[in-house]
Amino acid sequence: MAELLSDDQVLFETLLRLGDDSLILGQRLGEWCGHAPSVEVDLSLANMGLDLIGQATHFLNAAGAAEGRGRDGDALAFRRDVLDFRNCWLVEQPNGDFAQTMARQFLFSTWQEMLFGHLEGSSDATIAAIAAKAVKEVRYHAELSAEWVIRLGDGTEESRRRMAAGLDWHWRFVPELFEMDAIATAAAGRGIGADAAAFRDDYDARIRAVLAEATLDAPADQRPILGGRRGHHGEHLGHILAVMQYLPRTYPDATW
Amino acid sequence: MVSAIASEAIRSSRAKSRGAGTESERRPSATLGTNEVVAGIWTVLANVPDPEIPVVSVVDLGIVRDVRPDRVTITPTYTGCPATLVIEQGIRAALNAAGFRDVAIETVLSPPWTTEWISEAGKAKLHAYGVAPPSFAPTATCPQCGSTSTEELSRFGSTPCKAQWRCRDCLEPFDRFKCH
Repeated sequence: MAELLSDDQVLFETLLRLGDDSLILGQRLGEWCGHAPSVEVDLSLANMGLDLIGQATHFLNAAGAAEGRGRDGDALAFRRDVLDFRNCWLVEQPNGDFAQTMARQFLFSTWQEMLFGHLEGSSDATIAAIAAKAVKEVRYHAELSAEWVIRLGDGTEESRRRMAAGLDWHWRFVPELFEMDAIATAAAGRGIGADAAAFRDDYDARIRAVLAEATLDAPADQRPILGGRRGHHGEHLGHILAVMQYLPRTYPDATW
Repeated sequence: MVSAIASEAIRSSRAKSRGAGTESERRPSATLGTNEVVAGIWTVLANVPDPEIPVVSVVDLGIVRDVRPDRVTITPTYTGCPATLVIEQGIRAALNAAGFRDVAIETVLSPPWTTEWISEAGKAKLHAYGVAPPSFAPTATCPQCGSTSTEELSRFGSTPCKAQWRCRDCLEPFDRFKCH
């Protein structure tokens, strides 16, 4: 099947996956604005969300250019429905409490930092440039969220219980980050994308090292949830889009 | 308020060009030599303030990567920096006001912006403004009292490029430009 995919298709799908991950997690973090436990935390969540929306803008604009049907990043973000989104399940998970949000961020940003490290060498100049720029920001996200995993995990009885529950919730969505389906395999084979298997061991080692410092056990392995890359999403994505796309759908082509 | 300052600067640069009368309407790019045009564009850009930190110019921040007679190349600081569009509009307005209407603005991502591109003059202006400039020193120098007994409050501050710090001596909080 991989041979049947055209270069343009592989590039478009690869850019959509990258862009949609960043867009949906950026939108999720934006939901915290004004609700975080302290003003410093509020700023950090909003700042990480901003970085992610910036990545999404670049990836989705590039996806629109690769597609060649006149859609730009805004059109892709605001005028697609659930089945056309290619984000992983992890990023659409609800914020829950602060610990659950940080557990999600830790599992995602650690992966994204390693992924972008590989994509800096992508044969596609645009992907390479976005990855090289964004990886410097993602490093902060990974560090900050790891610090919170440790602080809450090795904290009070309650903070520990909440962080353990947050990790437990998200654990089943981690295997999808490393899934190599036909598109991902074709992208890696053509030098556009990364072979996620190449950094799976590093990822597991880093997650376990942080959990050890947080005095937490890794959650028990659960049945992995897959399918986001093919448009199979949970109930949450539709609700995210309902909020995110409300304005451009209600007032098409509005400007200010 | 920050954007009010920026638009004030744009207005005043427009007012200046109006003051020059027909001079500016002669389009310097058509009447000057290549080197003079490039030098003229650099001078214009050196007076375009950063919208978030208006004491430093886009040149001080290292956002301007290249100037040619027909093209200015800029790069964003952070991927999602909301000031990027305002900066481009500020540059466009300043170029137009100085008669460089034909000069295009191109945005590139590679190589990625780094705080090492902030000029020494820019760092001095940041310090005087109350923002500790980027440095690899383990602690920041308090822009209020000069003490180095300072601590990080939060990795993220009022803009993506700054962290929140506090001085242990004068107890004042301040922004520190993050090394990036």
